[in-house]
Amino acid sequence: MPHIPLPGHLPGITGLLEYSKDTAHPIRVLTQFLLRGKNSLAEGERELIATVVSHYNECKFCTAAHTAIADLLLGETETCELVKKDIDTAPISEKMKALLKIAVMVQVSGQAVTPEAINVAKQSGATDIEIHDTVLIAALFCLYNRYVDGMATVAPTDPQFYLGLGQRLKENGYNRLPNGYDHLKN
Amino acid sequence: MAHITLPDESLPGIVGLFNFRPETAEPLQLLAETLLRGDSPLTSGERELIAAYVSHLNNCHFCHTSHASAAMAHLNCDLSLIDDIKNGFQQIEISPKLRALLHIAAKVQKSGREVQAEDIAAAKAVGAADKEIHDTVLIAAAFCMFNRYVDGLGTWAPKEHEAYREMGQRMAFTGYVRFSVPQD
Repeated sequence: MPHIPLPGHLPGITGLLEYSKDTAHPIRVLTQFLLRGKNSLAEGERELIATVVSHYNECKFCTAAHTAIADLLLGETETCELVKKDIDTAPISEKMKALLKIAVMVQVSGQAVTPEAINVAKQSGATDIEIHDTVLIAALFCLYNRYVDGMATVAPTDPQFYLGLGQRLKENGYNRLPNGYDHLKN
Repeated sequence: MAHITLPDESLPGIVGLFNFRPETAEPLQLLAETLLRGDSPLTSGERELIAAYVSHLNNCHFCHTSHASAAMAHLNCDLSLIDDIKNGFQQIEISPKLRALLHIAAKVQKSGREVQAEDIAAAKAVGAADKEIHDTVLIAAAFCMFNRYVDGLGTWAPKEHEAYREMGQRMAFTGYVRFSVPQD
């Protein structure tokens, strides 16, 4: 049960974003740009960063939600699972391996990021903007994961819930739905 | 030197990063403005203390000292009291409610999963309202983002408190938004 009363039909982050819409607005704008804006990293690659950080923060809701979106964007369900198990042996580019390792360091602490890890990313072709966005996506999910779990929001156990959420986010992105969320009641 | 090439290396901390990526600077600045200076049952001074305390726990010198300086500006305290934040608030007068909220913020800094029902009950017992608990958790979570952003990209930070005096006053009284942000 959440630590404060939240809309019962909106588990996880959505109820918090509806509870406090003025703080939700810049968080939504930032997320929409980082995960869906014009970028040399594919949307699926950026969702892998979000998923890995949520996984290491042990945030069940965010991990399940972003796994679902990553799977939809990648068109298969294997890569995301393998990335969560072991970045080194996952079927992704050397550049993505290097960026995901930086993201995992950011999950621990900003100071945990080593110049060596940055060099490996640059040598495998990562641009400064890709490194910047990787660090900021990882940092943003350190916010989301703490917000979601720090308020003890509900994480549904039914996998169908996350498939529906993933589909909604794939179609609409991270901005607030123009007509709100009342259609999700009942 | 930062891990990436910034257009103006003389700008410290997050300021250099804002300059590098205006698209993310806009919402980040609006988030800081809303969290620290927007509507809240907590005063801006209390909220800046939470931000400075979490940044200290994350060992982020730039965020810690700049937000501590903003807190001192709001509270009309001397910059020498900044060190009291690191010492667990022995000199700065804080209410039992703020102390309970700072305890929750310290849990959030470790992990969201650390926050227990007892921590929330203890804050409510000394008068914390739902919105105050919400704002505390979100400020603490947001500074776990800002701190990682600033240190994860290896930005530089001035060492001495004095270098943060004007910055803190600007943060406290002028605010955080320098770019216009489109509405969604």
